[in-house]
Amino acid sequence: MSAETLDKTGTMDKVDLKTLISVTANTIAAHADELTALDQAIGDGDHGLNMKRGFEAVRAEAEGFAAKPLPEALKAIGTKLVMTVGGASGPLFGTLFMALGKEISAEPDRANLATAFGKAIEAVAARGKSQVGQKTMLDVLQPVHDALLQGKTGAEITDAADRAADATVPMKALRGRASFLGDRSIGHMDAGGRSVALLVRAVVETIEGHA
Amino acid sequence: MSNVGIVIVSHSPLVAEGTADMVRQMVGDEVPLAWCGGNGHGGLGTNVEAIMSAIDKAWSEAGVAILVDLGGAETNSEMAVEMIGEPRAQKIIVCNAPIVEGAVMAATEASGGASLREVVATAHELSPS
Repeated sequence: MSAETLDKTGTMDKVDLKTLISVTANTIAAHADELTALDQAIGDGDHGLNMKRGFEAVRAEAEGFAAKPLPEALKAIGTKLVMTVGGASGPLFGTLFMALGKEISAEPDRANLATAFGKAIEAVAARGKSQVGQKTMLDVLQPVHDALLQGKTGAEITDAADRAADATVPMKALRGRASFLGDRSIGHMDAGGRSVALLVRAVVETIEGHA
Repeated sequence: MSNVGIVIVSHSPLVAEGTADMVRQMVGDEVPLAWCGGNGHGGLGTNVEAIMSAIDKAWSEAGVAILVDLGGAETNSEMAVEMIGEPRAQKIIVCNAPIVEGAVMAATEASGGASLREVVATAHELSPS
């Protein structure tokens, strides 16, 4: 099955889901140590390893996922992440993909993608009982959603994601293990937000590169 | 068994097992009890599949109360309940209570035949509101 481009003109170019799985797993693997270091600073220090385990589990079954229609594939990938990541990131990233699968159409255009992404963010917020501004992955997901809605280019979307991850540095954590540190959580990037930025870049660049 | 079941979910298998030992000492076999801890790969963490298995093991038609330690245990437990789905999901409650005291108090309440609502309320009394 295929995902569609983010091209703001609405032109659809099919991208192999297997490729997307491979590039996202590659980027998580390549940055696993960095993610773990971020999480060690203000969390329990397992984020990189957990994410890597999850995305490698998805990669191992890429053929099966790619054989499904896009909504079913995303739901199955989300479930796999829930079952394999093993930290709070499992249900959170798993919910992101599961909810995206629930809302997206088999042949999504940009409007459908943006709507589905918005619903997926709501599902993540509900799962984590969190909201924007609390130094979590939501602080990167939301600006990406805004950029999608505003018809930004792929490069602008990835820039927005990177800037949003950077913007978590001066925030004080209000959810998750980092919140135990109170003011000491200030000055460190949120690991979940960094993961989102990495995934967004991998997906956008793959789609744009293909287009 | 007709008594409410208790599930203990900790990031550490040692904490989960130790808590279960303390529950057993209090209520013996009168309450269905299961525990899980660890990420399933030898590290600290919690694992949805293990939580689902523990719920199965401690299942009671009267319901199951889950006691958790830190945030990830709660999030993974809520995910497990959702994946188990209805009709069982409505009889499973993740308690907001300290794990050790909550498990012992909830199990003691359950051993007297209390309803799920009563068992959970007993655990919740331990948390500042």
